[in-house]
Amino acid sequence: MSLPAAAMNVERQLLLSEIAEFNAAYAHCIDDDQLEQWPEFFAEDCEYQIIPRENVDLGLPAAIVFCDNRGMLIDRVVALRKANIYPAHYSRHVLGAPVLLDADGRGLHSQTSYVLMLTRMDGETRLFSAGKYVDVMVRENGVLRLKNRSVVFDTHRIDTLLVTPI
Amino acid sequence: MRTNDALATSVPRAVDARLYHEPDVFAEEQRRIFRGPVWSYVALEAELEGPGAFKSTFVGDTPVVVTRDQEGALHAWVNRCAHKGALVCRAPRGRATDGSFVCVYHQWAYDAQGNLRGVPFRRGLKGVGGMAQDFDLAQHGLRKLRVANLCGMLFLSFDEKAPPLEQFLGEAMCYYIRRVFNRPIRVLGYARQNMRGNWKLYSENSRDGYHGGLLHLFYPTFGIYRPSQESAGEVDEVGFHSAFTVSKPSQTDGYENYQREANREMSGASAGAEMLRDPSVLTFRPEFDDNIALLIQSLFPSVVLQQIQNTLATRQIVTRGVAETELVWTYFGYADDDEAMTRHRIRNINLVGPAGYISMEDGEAVELCQQGTAGADGWSSFVEMGGTDVVPKVAPIGLDENAVRGFWTGYFALMKGAAEVLP
Repeated sequence: MSLPAAAMNVERQLLLSEIAEFNAAYAHCIDDDQLEQWPEFFAEDCEYQIIPRENVDLGLPAAIVFCDNRGMLIDRVVALRKANIYPAHYSRHVLGAPVLLDADGRGLHSQTSYVLMLTRMDGETRLFSAGKYVDVMVRENGVLRLKNRSVVFDTHRIDTLLVTPI
Repeated sequence: MRTNDALATSVPRAVDARLYHEPDVFAEEQRRIFRGPVWSYVALEAELEGPGAFKSTFVGDTPVVVTRDQEGALHAWVNRCAHKGALVCRAPRGRATDGSFVCVYHQWAYDAQGNLRGVPFRRGLKGVGGMAQDFDLAQHGLRKLRVANLCGMLFLSFDEKAPPLEQFLGEAMCYYIRRVFNRPIRVLGYARQNMRGNWKLYSENSRDGYHGGLLHLFYPTFGIYRPSQESAGEVDEVGFHSAFTVSKPSQTDGYENYQREANREMSGASAGAEMLRDPSVLTFRPEFDDNIALLIQSLFPSVVLQQIQNTLATRQIVTRGVAETELVWTYFGYADDDEAMTRHRIRNINLVGPAGYISMEDGEAVELCQQGTAGADGWSSFVEMGGTDVVPKVAPIGLDENAVRGFWTGYFALMKGAAEVLP
């Protein structure tokens, strides 16, 4: 028995608002430098990559960051804190409205545009990256988590380096 | 005049900072080096599959296109219409299925070799306009460049005086190129990194073994490289090119030990609490007939070829201005890799590239030197680690700046007009 159209629409709006809230919290986690909490937005068995749109369009698999479990996300944060050298900076994500593509047995499929501004300690704010999240989210104990997040970036000439997650 | 001053006061072990900053030095480099008697890497042959395939890129700051014609032969030309100088080829890559390259401005049409094939309204219309009777298509082709192919690495030269590629590179460099390109490869993708610094700062960086374990703290912290590992640095007979090799750990002192130790270091005071969660990013699957786990080969003037664990990549240096350099990473594997091997390489790529655990800092180092040398009139660098001259081979690496002095030796010879320095 299918739901009436109005009920479908309400359910869809609820899902979209839940995804938007999730994304907003994710962005603030990074922008507020709470990176140790960042892996918790992901399911234990997850995949996260940052890949140039150039490669996606060419059907080529190489990503500049590729993690296929939550441990690798934690390692990224530990390396950022303890090993890597980079210019100190603030991140500022500005997110678009999510688009719900599909909801199936694997989870909620959505995509969301982002713009990421970086501000270095000289005080100048620069557009660092524009792109989109292509996501699959699952529910664990009622809470949304990322099963898969592909950050597909348009700005494929990276300014200096990338160390902070998008 | 200032160009001459900065060049005259510089020697390989002490370089005048103005060479990183002055636009006229940059312009002179384009003439004497990038459009001079050397070979610049531009592409992998695997990027040019099939008749009509092309790739547009740069030699220094000059736009160029590499093509494959209908017979399969490779050609290259300056991407500049003979008419008004417009870019003829506007796509980064693709296939010109009919084998022609047409400038969109006035539709002058060229073939893959760069010959002019047609000009609209050449004879005018009904007796009006058109080109002069003696207009000769053959005189208005694109500027053709020499192409040389070593095991699938494609190099271009503007200058008839450039020695044959293999002679230019020297035996040792050719050996390592053949080693990496021992069988057909497959491109896995690209990454591009923009550094707000002079191209020579990056060229020095890739030849500087001294900084490896000091700037890239991931190395000592996570244990990929330690001074005790067997390593060597080689240069060609002039010093233009450099190859660093580091062997994989011995059986008794394997990566596992390194990583256990590294994990302890990572944890700081709370030993054991903060393990590297997934060391598979470091895993090396030996795939060569030697023990080399790391090869960084800098080929003057425009490319670094690397094998770091199982990541294979070229890093093409594109000069975008006196204080801006783009590094184009082309990652590849072998055509016979299975899915698991490809996935392994993709995981390994976390180590390298613009977000690479052991390479991201190079962008920062280049920019720090560019910023720090601003206004440094009369200041010169001090490049005397491990001596003041250039020797063919050093071992181990990390304690000298031999290859950096080698780079400058070649650079000054070309810039000061001593072309006889070429091998």
